[in-house]
Amino acid sequence: MTIAHDTNVTAAVAQAPASVTLAGALNSALADAMSEDDSVVVFGEDVGPLGGVFRVTDGLSARFGDDRVWDSPLAEAGIVGTAIGMAMNGMRPVIEMQFDAFSYPAFQQITSHLAKMRNRTKGALELPVVVRIPYAGGIGGVEHHSDSSEAYWTHTPGLTVVTPSNPSDAYWMLRQAISSNDPVIFLEPKSRYWMKDAVDHSTPAAPLDRARVIRTGTDVTLLAYGPTVKTAMDAAALAELEDLSIEVIDLRTLSPFDDETVGGSVRKTTRAAVIHEAAQFGGYGAEVAARVTERNFFHLAAPILRIAGFDVPFPSPKLEEYFLPTAERVLAALDTWEW
Amino acid sequence: MPEAGILLDLYRRMVLARRFDVQVTALTRQGRLATYPSGLGQEACEIAAAAALADDDWLFPTYRDSIALLARGVKAVEILSFFRGDWHSGFDPKQRRIAPQSTPLATQALHAVGFATASKMRHESVATLAFLGDGATSEGEAHEAFNFAAVWQAPTVFVVQNNGYAISVPFSKQSRARTLADKAIGYGMPGHFVDGNDVAAMYAVITDALDRARNGGGPTLIEGLTYRMEAHTNSDDPSRYRGDEEVERWRVLDPIARIESYLIREGALTEKLRAEIADAAEQLAAETRDAMNESPHLDPLELFDHVYATPRAALAEQRDYLATELESSEARHLS
Ligand SMILES: Cc1ncc(C[n+]2csc(CCOP(=O)(O)OP(=O)(O)O)c2C)c(N)n1
Ligand SMILES: [Mg+2]
Repeated sequence: MTIAHDTNVTAAVAQAPASVTLAGALNSALADAMSEDDSVVVFGEDVGPLGGVFRVTDGLSARFGDDRVWDSPLAEAGIVGTAIGMAMNGMRPVIEMQFDAFSYPAFQQITSHLAKMRNRTKGALELPVVVRIPYAGGIGGVEHHSDSSEAYWTHTPGLTVVTPSNPSDAYWMLRQAISSNDPVIFLEPKSRYWMKDAVDHSTPAAPLDRARVIRTGTDVTLLAYGPTVKTAMDAAALAELEDLSIEVIDLRTLSPFDDETVGGSVRKTTRAAVIHEAAQFGGYGAEVAARVTERNFFHLAAPILRIAGFDVPFPSPKLEEYFLPTAERVLAALDTWEW
Repeated sequence: MPEAGILLDLYRRMVLARRFDVQVTALTRQGRLATYPSGLGQEACEIAAAAALADDDWLFPTYRDSIALLARGVKAVEILSFFRGDWHSGFDPKQRRIAPQSTPLATQALHAVGFATASKMRHESVATLAFLGDGATSEGEAHEAFNFAAVWQAPTVFVVQNNGYAISVPFSKQSRARTLADKAIGYGMPGHFVDGNDVAAMYAVITDALDRARNGGGPTLIEGLTYRMEAHTNSDDPSRYRGDEEVERWRVLDPIARIESYLIREGALTEKLRAEIADAAEQLAAETRDAMNESPHLDPLELFDHVYATPRAALAEQRDYLATELESSEARHLS
């Protein structure tokens, strides 16, 4: 049994050049992909001269021209639907949904066509489309600007769903998503857009379909993704003070799920918890807990816990701190186990 | 008026299409197909569009438009694979330059716009044609497609077949617009309201619109006023929402009878030719029956083969599971 522990994370970062923000890393991934491949085009709402509301496409229309990067009419089903048609005709569109909850008008195009076209046509029509979606809370956004909708997409066969948590992954995962011949839902944790870190442009740290162990430990495995990776790392640092050794896995890829990396860690630590912002009921954590339990039951010392948002609509800005999982809440959850 | 040779060809394809349609409806009533939305009565729109498309153009059809696929060269068995339940789409879209028949209403119109835009970006002379029903024009995605096409000046022609009904709901409950073609004005594109049972008119208008699109003139919205003579599908009961008098009024306007009497009157359609075409139609019906008599070999393991371009371990596990289940049930049958 191979366990895909990645102990080289810090080594790669050490040789890397200047720090960039996660948003900046996404921007260079788009620019590099566009320079390498003429069929890569970028369109959506305000992605042209403005550079997107989070500035991820900043400068791209000036650099590549408005026939490669342009503002489309304001309609999400239209953006996804036309991207599908373009992809049927040899393009590789990278499109932006302005905010998580505003991807819902495109739900039908994504679930009924983007996800299914390849299967329906027995592989004759592939749709290499990347749908970029800024998601999750923690930025004081008003209603409809903080949803975590990953479970809608991971529940849809045919879609690949990934989410980076740091600038290096942001750069490489977006490059890999654009190269993929499968449609990719690319979830960008908006609370992490301004986090800075070095990006090694020479080689990707991992393939798109792998999770990564980003901190090794012996007692508990914390499974996190996107915005909750920082929460997990904070919890691990606090736990260390109490002599609890926590291993943290950044899932990175939500669909497919990396059973091998997660299983390897959980069999070693025998305890695991999954952290996400989305409501707990029917959330992505339910699938993680179920499948990791099914595959590793006899190695587990305790039930897998879910530390998630409450089963309420995402709160208004002044109340979001009570909703979002925190390091303290993670540690309190681990305390409920019998040790 | 298109020349006689073209009209004869349109007539021929309409006769074949109707015979196919009648045959498939009969097979569906016998339970041989899961469902079949008939195009009977709408042959002028369907065949005019299929014939007007150039080889490199792409068609974006709905579930209703099987006879347009037939007219564009897709084999009966390839079309019926969908309705028989073998697979969702039975032909190679790239080979036929036809997108899979779309069921979610109006969604395919956006694909047509995106496809056409990609061709335009590469300076290719390719147009796309999207079919829509009258009911589908109420969907938000029809509006989005019309608007995107106009703003981007996409080489796309929208052909709305107003057949009077969306399943049971009459057009009067769908729109207050005088005609659906009127809507084009609001998008800033030309709109044409056409007698959808006049194949010569439909062919001329669609041909012009496609030429215009290929030459950088942007999209066109065409409404063909026609009538769905059959039930919505075999599981529908039209007596619950429309009367026989209405159907009979439209029968008089039958698109095939109209072009046939014109061609006879002009001396272009001889009795001999008419008989030849009728024979060819019977031949097609027989081939269609034969094709439906053969059950294709379906491999359940193929369920897993086309979902992703990048192979997935979890799917391979499920494939193995089904393979084992199939082997053990085979073993049980043998013992
Ligand atoms: C988005 C969506 N909603 C509902 C349906 C179910 N449905 C299938 S056909 C149909 C009527 C469509 O009428 P129209 O667009 O006029 O086309 P026609 O069937 O008359 O050719 C409906 C409601 C569907 N296929 N897609
Ligand atoms: Mg209709």
